[in-house]
Amino acid sequence: MELFKPDFGLIFWMFVAFGILFFCLWKWAWPVIIKGVESRADLIDKGVEYAQSAKEQLDNARAEADRQIAEARRQQADILREADKMKTRIIEEARDAARVEARKVMDAAKLSIDQERKQAEEALRKEVSSMALAVADKVVRQQMADSAAQRKLVDSLIDEMDRTN
Amino acid sequence: MHTLFPLMKRLLFTLMLVIAAWTAVPAAHALTPGTEHSGAPEVDAALDGQAVEDEAESGKINPKEIIFDHLMDRYGWEVPFNHHKSIPLPIIVFDKEGHLHIFLSSKVEHDATYTTGGATFRIAGADSPYKGKVVQILSDGQEYKPWDFSITKNVCALFITVLLVLWAVMGVARWHKRFGHKAPRRVTGIMETIITFIYDGVIKPTLKDRAAKFAPYLLTVFFFILFMNLLGLVVIFPGGANLTGNIAVTLVLSVITFFITNIFGTKHYWKEIFWPDVPLWLKFPIPIMPVIELFGALTKPAALTVRLFANMMGGHMIVIVLVLLIFIFAAMGPVVTGATTVVSVLFSIFMLLIDVLVSFIQAYVFTMLSTIFISFAQERGEHEAHGDKHEPLPSTANK
Repeated sequence: MELFKPDFGLIFWMFVAFGILFFCLWKWAWPVIIKGVESRADLIDKGVEYAQSAKEQLDNARAEADRQIAEARRQQADILREADKMKTRIIEEARDAARVEARKVMDAAKLSIDQERKQAEEALRKEVSSMALAVADKVVRQQMADSAAQRKLVDSLIDEMDRTN
Repeated sequence: MHTLFPLMKRLLFTLMLVIAAWTAVPAAHALTPGTEHSGAPEVDAALDGQAVEDEAESGKINPKEIIFDHLMDRYGWEVPFNHHKSIPLPIIVFDKEGHLHIFLSSKVEHDATYTTGGATFRIAGADSPYKGKVVQILSDGQEYKPWDFSITKNVCALFITVLLVLWAVMGVARWHKRFGHKAPRRVTGIMETIITFIYDGVIKPTLKDRAAKFAPYLLTVFFFILFMNLLGLVVIFPGGANLTGNIAVTLVLSVITFFITNIFGTKHYWKEIFWPDVPLWLKFPIPIMPVIELFGALTKPAALTVRLFANMMGGHMIVIVLVLLIFIFAAMGPVVTGATTVVSVLFSIFMLLIDVLVSFIQAYVFTMLSTIFISFAQERGEHEAHGDKHEPLPSTANK
């Protein structure tokens, strides 16, 4: 039954050893550890919370960005369409203007050509008639005395020529 | 947390393997050297100096002696494979005149007497009432039990445990001071896992806002018991002392719990003991309920003491008995001995593995019960404040 008899020396040393152990740990270890563990747990909680909110914000930001990109695309398409329209319009206008201008130029040219031709015709006619007159004069001076009948003949001849022209 | 579990599992497994290896060899060796000398089954002869001499002649082993010898405290620390030498430890005694004597245990080994400063000491024999203890031989031949403050095997193991716990726990504290919020690794990680397991799992839910006040004591007790238990399972120095299987150790721990419970007890707690909410005739003029309550308060530390002591001692005893079986059956021929050896070693490995579990569970249970006892004494009488007078008494819950 010695097993059930507590030994005095051991009890004494047990008190001493446990006392020292308890004092050391109570003074320098447990408060530090418990505080450390709890503050770390808080930190982790906060970190998780922060990460979650950050993720939420990120998701929001991504949605926002997507929205903005879509908006930009839409605007871009609008602008492009607008530009396209404007381009065709400008081209159309330019073409019209060019056409008008060209016609103007052509008309002017035609006008001047007509004029030129008329003048040329006039001049030619004068020239021809005077030349013809001169020729006829020379011819007729030798062959004909009646200058009036001769002129009538010449005029009819010239008219004939004119008609053929 | 998750990364820690495989690490812990591996560590625990390694620990178990090491323990298993140690038991299988030295536990068996503890009994074998005798066979080398005599070549006969009286292996116990070499087991220990004093108890065995008389049995050596009879050629029989005395299991009871061997078991008790292993469970009890001793003055030197036995070394593996040698029963004639042991690590000497200081013996510190006050003789009858009150003089202090300090000498090494090797001086009084093997029934030797040692005279120092006019006082003669020896270790009392089996027929003495102080069997196995250092006694002073007075001039008339009488034995006198001196005040004995020796650093025995158990006391030495106690100091080793204290140092180990200090090292392990201070390591965690140092980590927190130095690295702040970094995640701990290795030993620190395991320690912290256990600390939070006890603190968040037991202390905080039970004591609530008072947790921080009592946590230092409860955590210290837990790790102290856990380390003592585990060291006790290691067969060679610095383990092998049956510390928590020694009633003095568990007694001191539960007495401290008892004192803490009662010193920090609230008014309400004392009122529940001496003037509980029961009909008047139960407490006056014969104080039936107060006596019962008082007994309740006193049985708590007793239960704590015996629970831890019996559990740990039982574990040690079973392992020793299983190993002893080999030598008991040794007389029946080589086949039986061989078979018994295999079975016994397997069983003792199994038992030691269970003891690792039990070490943890018992430390846990002691801490948990201490926490609960302390929390009972922290009742602040909220029931009464709400007029809830017929509520069962909190202190009766554990009867």
